[in-house]
Amino acid sequence: MQKIEQITGRGIPLVLDDIDTDRIIPARYLRCVTFEGLGEHAFEDDRQQMPGHPFDDPKFKGASVLVVGRNFGCGSSREHAPQALMRWGVKAIVGESFAEIFFGNCTANGIPAVCVAGDEAKKLGAALAAGSATEITVDLVNKTVRCGGNSIPCTMQEGARQSLVTGNWDFLGQLVEAAPQIRQTAARLPYMKNFA
Amino acid sequence: MTSSGTKQNLFNRVWDEHTVGTLPSWQTQLFIGQHLIHEVTSPQAFQMLRDRGLKVMFPERTMATVDHIIPTLNQARPFVDSLAEEMMSAIEKNCRDFGIILLNLSDKRQGIVHVVGPELGITQPGITLACGDSHTSTHGAFGCIAFGIGTSQVADVLASQTMALGRPKVRRVGVNGRLAPGVYAKDVTLHVIRKLGVQGGVGFAYEYAGEVFDRMSMEERMTVCNMSIEGGARCGYINPDQTTVDYLRGRSFVPQGAAFEKAAKWWLGLASGPEATFDDRVEFDGSAIEPTVTWGINPAQSVGVNERIPTASSFPRDEQAGIREALTFMDFQENQPIKGTKINVAFIGSCTNSRISDLREAAKVAKGHKVAPNVRALVVPGSQNIREQAEKEGLNEIFTAAGFEWRGAGCSMCLAMNPDKLVGREICASSSNRNFKGRQGSPTGRTLLMSPAMVAAAAISGAVADVREILS
Repeated sequence: MQKIEQITGRGIPLVLDDIDTDRIIPARYLRCVTFEGLGEHAFEDDRQQMPGHPFDDPKFKGASVLVVGRNFGCGSSREHAPQALMRWGVKAIVGESFAEIFFGNCTANGIPAVCVAGDEAKKLGAALAAGSATEITVDLVNKTVRCGGNSIPCTMQEGARQSLVTGNWDFLGQLVEAAPQIRQTAARLPYMKNFA
Repeated sequence: MTSSGTKQNLFNRVWDEHTVGTLPSWQTQLFIGQHLIHEVTSPQAFQMLRDRGLKVMFPERTMATVDHIIPTLNQARPFVDSLAEEMMSAIEKNCRDFGIILLNLSDKRQGIVHVVGPELGITQPGITLACGDSHTSTHGAFGCIAFGIGTSQVADVLASQTMALGRPKVRRVGVNGRLAPGVYAKDVTLHVIRKLGVQGGVGFAYEYAGEVFDRMSMEERMTVCNMSIEGGARCGYINPDQTTVDYLRGRSFVPQGAAFEKAAKWWLGLASGPEATFDDRVEFDGSAIEPTVTWGINPAQSVGVNERIPTASSFPRDEQAGIREALTFMDFQENQPIKGTKINVAFIGSCTNSRISDLREAAKVAKGHKVAPNVRALVVPGSQNIREQAEKEGLNEIFTAAGFEWRGAGCSMCLAMNPDKLVGREICASSSNRNFKGRQGSPTGRTLLMSPAMVAAAAISGAVADVREILS
């Protein structure tokens, strides 16, 4: 898999707390057997209800680094949420914190979701909204987020960071390689033999 | 840090037992003893296996059912919704091709995945369990470790019966004292989430312990563990005890005879002992918990039924914008009493509260009353087995006599992927688990979460009511 060490792109601000995955992609769009076409429906209902939503703002067209608030991606485990964001164009997410299932789904799709201090996320978002900043770099090797002349520290669950920077985020490939050890583990669990 | 021996808690004990190895990323490769799948989050996972020419490693350790998109009124195939029909065909084909048992609509065991697993005895203490649904935390009620996962991880589990995970910390959530009459498991979990916040559990597995959980039935414990994810926890569990063993005895997927006794001994031996250590502990007084109702757009935004909706200024500064957003969306005023809030719809169902004890409690409230004019009320049992049991007990007659609709089993209006939806700005008193914007099918629809008994009380009152006043 591709090593993901650094992502640079135009930023888009959505610095609100507790944005759930139903808001990222409403459940009616989960009636599908592929992830195709989800990008155009990202934040569909929010965009209807919030005129000038950043996802509709021409200023942020083509942006790829999403800046969010606290507990982003909470709620439903739907992988359709990071898939919708990815297909809209998001390649990295910077925020105060992420819900864990969403975070895992991002990593599985090669989208780094990194944490910065809450006030830093707000400052970044404000700079993007004001147009005083446009480009953001998420640097997973040096654990920094850079924007304008500023460099701020970011954190990420170490296992996920390692998997991205070493190009080992294709878990499926790694997991199946351990077939003998998997069978050994299964053999020592009493319930796998139905307690016979 | 983890400890061993008598100091080890159930979570770490089960985690260690299921550890296959360490991945290059230093994450654990964790064996998953039981996998559950449904029609919404599995089709892309099967495609990932096909793309790589992989098989399902332990097909007998995956069980499939259909729940999310199932219509609860007209279940004739093909479904009216062609997209839903396509998803049904996909899971049928995938289960056939990969050798997985499917509890389809024509199977009397069909129902909501988190209702069916426990009901059939598939969910057992000491196992690891995963399902492509966040409410998989429900199964922790049995003292297993149960993770909600995304579709890529569904593929991982199908192909390898394992997944990559970092070990969470463990927080013991103690609730002692005695619950007052009219206060249910749902109120306990809403109370805990209100106090710890929707992101308070991030990074943690929750162990629920104390007198309140000791006294709960398995169904009540499932309601509590179900909502763990709403508090941000990766999973939640309750230590197995005699209540757990008694519930499981005789169920179709548990061992029988001498093997059952052997299983029971192993299960009980896994429980966190008095010396067990935890990364964090919190305590709540159960006797202080009131029937609880959400007023906002996340499950922590709740109040006791006799309280008023809070003011934004009563929250820390950095939370105030979120509180105002919720007040605006709900069209509620600060300091407005929640009791008396008019409702349009009442929904009793979902993996949180659609089990037989939930229906019995709701029927007790509904009996002899009528649903208020202009309120649409529906009862959606969690499984076909529950529906049948309720009909044996005559609960369906109590509900229909009161004016509730009696439906087929499924997820229904909890997430409204089927035809059961709110319309426009309707307000719904709901026994489900999420009050997110648009959750119940109308982008502008509004949800008030509460216990099933409280939903029944709201249905007959036409407004949020204190169930204790109706029961007394």
